[in-house]
Amino acid sequence: MNIINILIKNGRVIDPSQDIDGTYEVFIEGGKIQGLYPQGKGPKAEKSIDASGCIVIPGLVDMHVHLRDPGFEYKETIQTGTMAAVRGGFTSVCCMPNTNPVNDNKTVTEFILRKTYAEGSCYVYPIGTITKGQKGEELAEMGMMKKAGCVAFSDDGKPVTDSLVMRRALEYSRIFDVPVISHCEDLRLSDGGVINEGFISTNLGLKGIPKAAEEVMVARDIALCELTGGRLHIAHVSTEGSVRLIRDAKARGINVTAETCPHYFSLAEDAVRNYNTNAKVNPPLRTERDIEAIKKGLKDNTIDVIATDHAPHHVDDKSNKEFDAASFGISGLETAFSLGLKLVEKGVFGLKELIIKMSLTPSRILKISKGTLAVNADGDITIINIGREFTVDAGKFLSKGKNTPFDGWRLKGAVVKTIARGRVYEWE
Amino acid sequence: MFKTKDLLGIKDLTADEINHILDTASGFKDVLARDIKKVPALRGKTVVNLFFEPSTRTRTSFELAAKRLSTDVVNFSVTTSSITKGETLRDTALSIQALGADFVVVRHGTAGVPHFLSGVLKASVINAGDGTNEHPTQALLDFFTIRSHKGKIEGLNVVIVGDIAHSRVAKSNIYGLIKLGANVRLICPPTLMPAEINKRNVEVFNSIEQGIKDADVVMALRIQMERQGKGFFPSLEEYFDLYGLTGERLRLAKDDAIVMHPGPINRGVEIASDVADGRQSVVLEQVTNGLAVRMAVLYLLSGVKE
Repeated sequence: MNIINILIKNGRVIDPSQDIDGTYEVFIEGGKIQGLYPQGKGPKAEKSIDASGCIVIPGLVDMHVHLRDPGFEYKETIQTGTMAAVRGGFTSVCCMPNTNPVNDNKTVTEFILRKTYAEGSCYVYPIGTITKGQKGEELAEMGMMKKAGCVAFSDDGKPVTDSLVMRRALEYSRIFDVPVISHCEDLRLSDGGVINEGFISTNLGLKGIPKAAEEVMVARDIALCELTGGRLHIAHVSTEGSVRLIRDAKARGINVTAETCPHYFSLAEDAVRNYNTNAKVNPPLRTERDIEAIKKGLKDNTIDVIATDHAPHHVDDKSNKEFDAASFGISGLETAFSLGLKLVEKGVFGLKELIIKMSLTPSRILKISKGTLAVNADGDITIINIGREFTVDAGKFLSKGKNTPFDGWRLKGAVVKTIARGRVYEWE
Repeated sequence: MFKTKDLLGIKDLTADEINHILDTASGFKDVLARDIKKVPALRGKTVVNLFFEPSTRTRTSFELAAKRLSTDVVNFSVTTSSITKGETLRDTALSIQALGADFVVVRHGTAGVPHFLSGVLKASVINAGDGTNEHPTQALLDFFTIRSHKGKIEGLNVVIVGDIAHSRVAKSNIYGLIKLGANVRLICPPTLMPAEINKRNVEVFNSIEQGIKDADVVMALRIQMERQGKGFFPSLEEYFDLYGLTGERLRLAKDDAIVMHPGPINRGVEIASDVADGRQSVVLEQVTNGLAVRMAVLYLLSGVKE
């Protein structure tokens, strides 16, 4: 139902973009933020929301999501994926282009946006491919895709192996001032591996992917970024070495940003024990040492963003298959904020920093006007009871992908309301 | 005796459980020495050999072991099955169970397939080799062979030389030998050493001359021809030059050291022909012992179900 105006009362409003943290009333009209008011001073509204005991924050922004639509609708659709997003507190998501057909031209981009308009629960910002057909050979039509609505470019899932093509991509993308998002993996080094290389891979007899498979590509892409002056964004950082390389690049003033995902700071490689396909993900879960390095990287802003790499899969592609044959990926939208909140509890950073990494910073990298409660911004708001505990129940995910290694975990931070595209989604 | 209906790996067994299997196998070895080599222990039971990789000796050994126990045995080979028609492993296994299999003996190129099937099937699953993970019955017959020659395993210097990284035989041996108290030494080029294997209680050598010293048992592993040209070592000739088990090298081991090999042998690649046929070689004995050990495993697992 569309509501003309809403007043959110009694909540702790945190908006890092305006350095606000306090009890305010938020007034939304016509789908836009009309202002923050001291308690009791907000205007009368058609709908009033009591946010007592909750935080009221800018809607979360996830810059790394696989919506699977078009082509793999049995895994996820724009409808189910955006429902999962709002359930997880996200009001904007970027969808990766490895659909079928791949999003390597404006027609597919337009299809995604039209379908989002018709059946999406939140905003969707498509990411186009770097190369035609995601083949790593020729540049895709970035300019036309940008005009159609793409906000970044990536061959995610498939690294651009040819260094010259990557160089051209970083150069050419400068016309549009858009980030090129790199899935850093040297396929020759990962060589068909399925989990992190080390004691656990030996113990399970599974082929390992060494950390170096990620790190050599991070190093290459940083060098190419320095060479070209393009905007490089490193996807799903999973190793200590990658954090070190990015930290060094930033210290030298190179235009690089980076993201990690909740599973890389929440789980180590031993989560795959008993050949648990729900913990099979690429890059693979690493070691405690890497987890500590990633936390440090988040704390000192070497890692700018927490994204989910939401990768929903059908059970036939996951737990109904033997480990080698199962697909990589974790359904992450509906657990991300709570896993991030654990870092706040552990003192890695504050609540404000978590919100920045999950809304304001990705918005700035993508140059979209999200992640803020400033006057006239879109009225995208997430209301979370950060004290409330719940048990993760994959069976109740709104995503079609029930593939999570966090099933049964007790987590804090229940999303109780998400307001996106002028609609209010509420849960008990 | 067994806690579970399946034999998935040596990793999951205790030293007591391993010794119990070996003791049971001794009894069956006596049966195999008789004129009539068959006992009615598992009459009416059905064993399905589900092999997704080519195998002659392991499949034949399981088949014969099952027949000696009076079971009905069916060999299900992948080339004649629906797998080639796109059926999933899970569906294939469920249909085999629907046919009434009590035991499914599985070999597959992917690690963890027996573990996967163990969750899907009510039948007992026996791992006959999964990828580069484990080959538990081969290791058990190796322990049986070592014990029958040396009287014990504890305190022995057991050397494994060859492609450790890709060898499920080596892995199962490593896990079991450590549990049984042997000093385990691994010899191979660094390109064939499993990642972080040194975190287990083993000694690692890149030189066979150093590693083989004072060995009680020398186990050579098959070098799979398909590893050649993959960059693990420059040529089979150089491999033999550096790591081949020759008479000269064997003399560095103890005088009464036994030579083992899981077969099939590549003469002149991992082992010199005269060593394979020499007085210290127990290679053919291993094959015979395999029967007794597999009978013991089938027999003991059937006890779990009843």
